[in-house]
Amino acid sequence: MSPIMKATTDNGLLLPVHDQDGAPFWEFAARGELRVQACAACGRLRFPPRPCCPHCRSFASDWRSMSGRGRIWSYVVPHPPLLPGYAAQAPYNAVVVELVEDPRIRLVGNVVTAPDAPLNSLDPARLRIGAAVRVCFHTMAEDTTVPRWMLERP
Amino acid sequence: MASLKDATAIVGIGQTAFAKRLDDPEKTLACRAVLAALDDAGIDPSEVDAFASYTMEETDEVEIAKAIGAGDVTFFSKVGYGGGGSCATVVHLAAAIATGQATVGVAWRSRKRGSGKRPWTDVQVQLPTPAQWTRPFGLLRPADEIGMLTRRYMHEYGVTRDHLFNVALACRNRANQNPAAMMYERPLTREMYMTARWISEPLCLYDNCLETDGALACVVVSADRARDCRHPPVYVHSVAQALPAQHHGMVNYWTDDPLTGPAWTAARQLWKTADFTPEDIDVAQIYDAFTSLIPLSLEGYGFCGRGEGGAFTTGGALEIGGRLPLNTSGGGLSEAYVHGFNLINEGVRQLRGTSTAQVPNAATCLVTAGEGVPTSALLLRS
Ligand SMILES: [Zn+2]
Repeated sequence: MSPIMKATTDNGLLLPVHDQDGAPFWEFAARGELRVQACAACGRLRFPPRPCCPHCRSFASDWRSMSGRGRIWSYVVPHPPLLPGYAAQAPYNAVVVELVEDPRIRLVGNVVTAPDAPLNSLDPARLRIGAAVRVCFHTMAEDTTVPRWMLERP
Repeated sequence: MASLKDATAIVGIGQTAFAKRLDDPEKTLACRAVLAALDDAGIDPSEVDAFASYTMEETDEVEIAKAIGAGDVTFFSKVGYGGGGSCATVVHLAAAIATGQATVGVAWRSRKRGSGKRPWTDVQVQLPTPAQWTRPFGLLRPADEIGMLTRRYMHEYGVTRDHLFNVALACRNRANQNPAAMMYERPLTREMYMTARWISEPLCLYDNCLETDGALACVVVSADRARDCRHPPVYVHSVAQALPAQHHGMVNYWTDDPLTGPAWTAARQLWKTADFTPEDIDVAQIYDAFTSLIPLSLEGYGFCGRGEGGAFTTGGALEIGGRLPLNTSGGGLSEAYVHGFNLINEGVRQLRGTSTAQVPNAATCLVTAGEGVPTSALLLRS
């Protein structure tokens, strides 16, 4: 993590603070690609990324492209008190999405109505555990793009 | 193999007042609680030679030792993971004393979370992982992180808001019997619960613990020494720390089975070395930062089967006279939230027979630390 890395966007949303293990995820995201670390020896996907494979202990890994399709595993709807940038959009949703490639690979994100729509753009009543979602990408700040999710059946 | 079973005992407990705001600094509160616990034990502070604390404690043992006039200190440790470390302080002291590294151990917790800053409001000191995977998406607070597991738990097993209310109510009812509790004069009704504001749906205000200024401490000595102390010994019967395979901290969304948290690991170790089983437990002090941690922990510690934690709370099971009287001083939900240390001291009071909500003839007590994070637990007996 660089000491000059900004902690928040101009409107107060937290930027991901990368560590070395996570850096490739964010680099691919910046190119509009959803990739997950995979063991180069046994092929198992793993998330969050880490230096070696907990199954076969190989240190060799690559970053495998995902289809970007998944299902909502769970969700919350946060209300204030929150950090000001989030309170301004509350109540919004935060979800865990399980990927179709391997339901044990789960990503935290937000379900929105369009890639650059506000965090609260979707009516929370539309959320269901099991609902199919598809990835999209939103640029939070220069050099920082995050995956977000849209309902397959809007 | 050597065993910790009943080799040590808690012989002193102490605490300050609990309030939204106390004037004393955190360090002063820590010293007051430690001295109160030593006085309760009838042990001179100069005899203390071991200290144990857990992270997010701002006062270190050097400050405590020199303030209270401890002697030469030959054991000190600090356990990680905030509220998951509460019981582990007693574990470490018990191990040190049983193996001859020290003779009089003090564990403590001092915190000003009532008047001080909420830790999640710090945007500069983000943990690089796993925060990079959660916080940018507005999953900011422990309530959001546990709310996510709670929603999934409700979905998979039919746990309801009424089940969570049963937990909040049991803790509040006990607090209403305890003059030291922050919620002593504040009864809770189902209507208040069901119409309360949301914090992070599905968790409402009353599903969340209090925010408290206060401090507590306890004193651990060998079983031999304990028999000469001021109060009947409360023996440390079985202990555990627990970091499950592939665990990811409070955001435990990445294991194969996120609804089986560290409690399951702690329980396996705890019962393996105990002379009794969950059915023999008279009273339980279970970490309750959020109501949903109670049914999850009831499953983990073996009081009911997988997915049965919600149903367990019905029919007054958690009340005095119920199947498993819970958090009898009011717990983190209604007495004070001091990262779970009040649960240890209440466990001791139950086994001394001095609780304000005494379970008749209580002889065994389970005390647990924070569920969701790497945790710890104690089986205490009289
Ligand atoms: Zn492998």
